[in-house]
Amino acid sequence: MSILVDRDTRLCVSGITGREGTFHSLRNRDYGTQVVGGVTPGKGGQDVDGIPVFDTFHDAVESTGANTAMIFVPPRFAADSILEAEDAGIELIVAITEGIPAHDELRVFNKLNADGRARLIGPNCPGILSPGKANVGIIPAAFFREGNVGVVSRSGTLTYQIGNVIAQQGFGNSTIVGIGGDPVPGSDFIDVIAMFQEDSETELIVMCGEIGGDAEERAADFIEANVTKPVVAYIAGFTAPPGKTMGHAGAIVSGSQGTAQAKAEALEAKGVRVGRTPTEVAELAVSLLGDARSASSLA
Amino acid sequence: MDLLEYQGKQLFARRDVPVPAGRHALTVEEATAAADEVGFPCVVKAQVQIGGRGKAGGIKVANSRDEVREHAEAILGMDIRGLTVHELWIEAASEIASEYYASVVFDRSAKAPLLMLSTKGGMDIEEVAAEDPGAIARLHVDPLLGFQDFHGRRLAYEAGVDADVVRPVGAMLAKLYEVFVSEDATLVEVNPLIVTGSAGEADGQRDVKALDAKVTLDDNAMYRHPDNAQLRDPSREDPQERMAKERGLTYVKLDGDIGILGNGAGLVMSTLDVVAEAGGSPANFLDAGGGSKAEAITSAVEVILSNPKVKAVLFNIFGGITRCDEVARGLIEAFDQIKPEVPFVVRLDGTNDEEGRRLLAEASLPNVHIAATMDGAAAKVVELAREAETAAA
Repeated sequence: MSILVDRDTRLCVSGITGREGTFHSLRNRDYGTQVVGGVTPGKGGQDVDGIPVFDTFHDAVESTGANTAMIFVPPRFAADSILEAEDAGIELIVAITEGIPAHDELRVFNKLNADGRARLIGPNCPGILSPGKANVGIIPAAFFREGNVGVVSRSGTLTYQIGNVIAQQGFGNSTIVGIGGDPVPGSDFIDVIAMFQEDSETELIVMCGEIGGDAEERAADFIEANVTKPVVAYIAGFTAPPGKTMGHAGAIVSGSQGTAQAKAEALEAKGVRVGRTPTEVAELAVSLLGDARSASSLA
Repeated sequence: MDLLEYQGKQLFARRDVPVPAGRHALTVEEATAAADEVGFPCVVKAQVQIGGRGKAGGIKVANSRDEVREHAEAILGMDIRGLTVHELWIEAASEIASEYYASVVFDRSAKAPLLMLSTKGGMDIEEVAAEDPGAIARLHVDPLLGFQDFHGRRLAYEAGVDADVVRPVGAMLAKLYEVFVSEDATLVEVNPLIVTGSAGEADGQRDVKALDAKVTLDDNAMYRHPDNAQLRDPSREDPQERMAKERGLTYVKLDGDIGILGNGAGLVMSTLDVVAEAGGSPANFLDAGGGSKAEAITSAVEVILSNPKVKAVLFNIFGGITRCDEVARGLIEAFDQIKPEVPFVVRLDGTNDEEGRRLLAEASLPNVHIAATMDGAAAKVVELAREAETAAA
């Protein structure tokens, strides 16, 4: 098992004819993901290396049975594209686009939430990788192998850093989910952690948070109440000054709100182990997995 | 982008939010001319992006031209909590019966705009929230529905505003919400929101006005607000931050002496933390971005080194889409062009890392140290910065 994407994923890419869209669609297909179509208004009937292009998501879904969308269009078109995908009946929408206006994200979130038909991952995220099964997005798959660690993160490269150390110790991942660095992510830590809790393959969960908002604090409460699997966390941004946006639009300490310190303390108070460096997080994860293995071999 | 008070008020005026008449001034002469236009008494207000201007002596009432001159001379160039005053706003003085507080906040947690109203205006709202949370009426607006008149009435009654201003306060909230949405703001705050005139006046209803304006605009939405984009004043920005922005780099200046370059916001934030943990002090945050090409790296090195405090530089790259050989080429190019005098520590991992390290080894750049791990790289750069400091002392 894995969560969100697997061998049954049928992917349709919005913006497939753009430079980045083409590059990553083909990479995802090379990995083994079923990339069944793309959408670029005005280019319906064309193809990208054999992948059919449609004018609308509705056409694409009707012709290909796509169940997952990846959004690669520029920020000013992205909210519209997400809403179109939902309207066409797509169940999982992965938005890679960075720089979508915050109010657009607010409207999209509330519309999807009210309808309850589609799940959005991102925007401003690296996507989702279930090693050995499917890759939807821009996560470099070469660093990850199949295994039992579920990862959920607000940051891309930080995830690769931690995942790489875990892989070097001989462990792999069930699924890696980048929820993105924007102020209004379509899915939050809680949504993804709940899925990992239910996933039979996932034995341990790593969450990578950062400054800004209170998603980590809310996740801490959720974990205490609902999660039986071990959770290891990392929080980036202890040295970030207040009032400055640190790269990600959502990474900002506002007054005394959203500090790394407060997040780490909230998680630790609920029994989550928090590593001070990415290496320490990977080591914590590896030692917990090692304990689980030796315990099961003794039993 | 955070607006100055007068920029916020000009935005308000465009959206029919009532504000006192005012004029902008950069010099003492402009200030007196502005006062002649708005009339006396007037208020001379320092325009800096920080609270506590009044306490610092940055807001003064003037009853005559001479007083305007005197206050403008005192306030221009004044230092208010680390910021120098370069601009003034000259505003008609208002008769104040009551001071309220109103705001529209982008509530990330609830994923909806949050309206707040309080009759305890004119003071720090965080203090009010801490001491008397019941004094602030709050209400979330469904962004798909938008502001409804009943929202205004509910807040006004709950906050306990004077009965005769329930209607104008509600109308004010509707307009502030309109500013929030139409201008793509993430914060619209009015403190104080004033009631003018005295209760029980013969003509019935008193009026309300925004006496201050604190507005933050969403940088990601600036493409649909070309007028607002013009409000950015590069001369107010830090020179390195301005230079980085012009080059399309994400850079935040910090206080320390170790220059940092990495790829991906999370990894860079983490790099700052690991350097601090190792006893160092980062000079900046710089995200060279995904897929960084050689030119971008060269350009970034220039920005980092333009900060004279930098004594050593750390490159922390985990190549995903970014290729380590491209980063190495960029660094070699930068050494060729800029000939840096400070030591560099470079950690390359991920896509094409071996090729990157091979290129660096071949180039044998002076004073460039290759580190195998992120933690090792942080320890090394801290050591080098300390050595540089000792050598200078």
